[in-house]
Amino acid sequence: MNKLKTELSRQVVIVNELGLHARSAAKIAALADPAKASVWIKKGTEKADASSIVDILTLACEKGTKITISIENKDDFNILEAITKLVESGFGE
Amino acid sequence: MDTDRQEIIIKGINASPGICIGKAYLVDSEGVEVVEKYRIEAGDLSNEIKRFKAAVKKAKDELRKIVEQSPKELQHAHILETHMALLKDKMLYGRTIETVKHESVNAEWALKKVVSNLIEVFQTMTDPYLKERSADVVQVADSIMHNLVGAKKVNIAAIDKRVILVARDLSPAETSQINLERVMGFITDHGGKASHTGIIARSLEIPAVVGLKTATASIRSDDLVIVDGNSGSVIIEPNEDTLIRYEERKIDYEEYKAVITRESKAPAESKDGVRLAVMGNIELPEEVFALLNYGGDGIGLYRTEFQYFNRPDFPGEDELFDKYKDVVEVMDPKPVTIRTLDINGDKALTTQFNSEETNPALGLRAIRYCLKKPQVFKDQLRAILRAAAFGNVRILFPMISTYFEICEANRMLNEAAESLEKDGLPYNRDIEIGAMIEVPSAVIMADVIADHVDYFSIGTNDLIQYSLAIDRGNEQVAHLFQPLDPAIIRMLKHVSEVAREKDIKIFMCGEMAGTPHHIPLLLGLGMDELSMNPQTIPDIKRVIRSLKVEDTRSFLKEVLKQTTARDTFKLIKDTYGSILSEQLYSE
Repeated sequence: MNKLKTELSRQVVIVNELGLHARSAAKIAALADPAKASVWIKKGTEKADASSIVDILTLACEKGTKITISIENKDDFNILEAITKLVESGFGE
Repeated sequence: MDTDRQEIIIKGINASPGICIGKAYLVDSEGVEVVEKYRIEAGDLSNEIKRFKAAVKKAKDELRKIVEQSPKELQHAHILETHMALLKDKMLYGRTIETVKHESVNAEWALKKVVSNLIEVFQTMTDPYLKERSADVVQVADSIMHNLVGAKKVNIAAIDKRVILVARDLSPAETSQINLERVMGFITDHGGKASHTGIIARSLEIPAVVGLKTATASIRSDDLVIVDGNSGSVIIEPNEDTLIRYEERKIDYEEYKAVITRESKAPAESKDGVRLAVMGNIELPEEVFALLNYGGDGIGLYRTEFQYFNRPDFPGEDELFDKYKDVVEVMDPKPVTIRTLDINGDKALTTQFNSEETNPALGLRAIRYCLKKPQVFKDQLRAILRAAAFGNVRILFPMISTYFEICEANRMLNEAAESLEKDGLPYNRDIEIGAMIEVPSAVIMADVIADHVDYFSIGTNDLIQYSLAIDRGNEQVAHLFQPLDPAIIRMLKHVSEVAREKDIKIFMCGEMAGTPHHIPLLLGLGMDELSMNPQTIPDIKRVIRSLKVEDTRSFLKEVLKQTTARDTFKLIKDTYGSILSEQLYSE
């Protein structure tokens, strides 16, 4: 599929103590919400819709988990960058 | 509710006998609240979704008010903001709306379903902190639910009519919240005969059908249902003919039961005057009343594992003592045979029991486990000896496979008695001691073991499993699990001869003892006592009354000539078919 070729992604490691808990997931979801196409968070073979707190939570990402954030539309590039930074900074915790 | 629904019959497992006809009452998986399920007609779907959206908006407004009122520094406020975001989350909000649309159900039910599915996902997580996050989802969903159902939030404790409970499964904690007097029958999706629901239903003597898989999906609250606990079927919205037929069956069954129960209080005496004690197996103290009602002459097997399950620590001596004492006092002067902890492979265990073994049936279980954990064992032995001061107690050591084990168990029992003496607590050491004969090595060594016990109790389930090397849970070989295999019968004969030689008593407490067509054989073998599920006591007593022990002895000689389980079964059928009629042919 053409979409897949243009898919952009970033790999990051969860650094904050509590992992992707509800509040950090809420921050990601808030960033992902205005995206034009889907934003995904992948852990191994599972993936979650980044605009859903619950979906992110169900990925069960503890500290040290390697995740891949990906977008389907180039226009969402800024969102990809923002989420990556947020995760790398440990959600400012 | 639509009126012209078709009658639906679903088959499950008959966990408790009896028939009842009544209105269904759906309990959700959490058991406390009851969420009603009803159908929304196509034309009303958009209104139902509006109603849901309004409930979410109201919940959001309420939360916002709280957030505005709380000081910004508080961590608490952040959580509430997260909750506000959760209210509109796709996986919760979006999916509930989809469920309403696709399944044409009310919003409450759709929400509950979505949340239950999410909780299941959280349950599989290993990180304890993340796992607990399901609580956030539940709290948010509860706030919506509260607005949806308004003030008329239903509580199971407040059921004001007699109903048939329909649930996915009922845990001990859940059943403890239910006002059981209002329940006339149980229907569950999960569980088997030994499930908690089954045990409770049998002890209350109300019908239960479990393991139905699709019950909660097919039944709505207030549906008319028939629970046939005899055949294990449930009929939803029966038509008139079915209803009449079942009303009649119900009356017949109740009459039959009344007769049986009246008879069963009398002792089981064979035609030639031999009396046999017919006892019950129990797991929970609550089962004692049903056992007495069914005419049990005592408790032949009190399984003590239940108190050890689903908890992070071991029950203390006092806690165990209280439970044992309850049972012993109610039963007095009838005997209560307390089997010491028999942790085994087919029960769900908490981590303390080290269930990581690849072959738990051959692993660290029962007496082996207890001897390795002397403190756990000692607490239980002390509790049993203390309870013995209040009635007729016998102790039974499970899974004895060597001479050494019975000696060690006895030594520890003496130590427990000495320590009680020192502590100045009332106890009774003068109780009968028994060994379970359920491992082939114990059969071979029965003469040596007999010198150290007052009785043998044969546990047929394990004896058959270990002797024939059959895992009953393995479908490939389950059909080879044959109580009537000549090898098993010869072992039973050997043990009973040893018991007679050594002048000790011989009991049987496995499933074999509760099967009517095995009774002639067991009488022939000279069993002193049989112990079984309480509800089969009346049947077994009736069979015993119809037999002559003298005849069964010569019958045994014929049985011993057989070379296969099939031939043995045929011999039973040919000899005793007329007496055993129904039970035999329903096999």
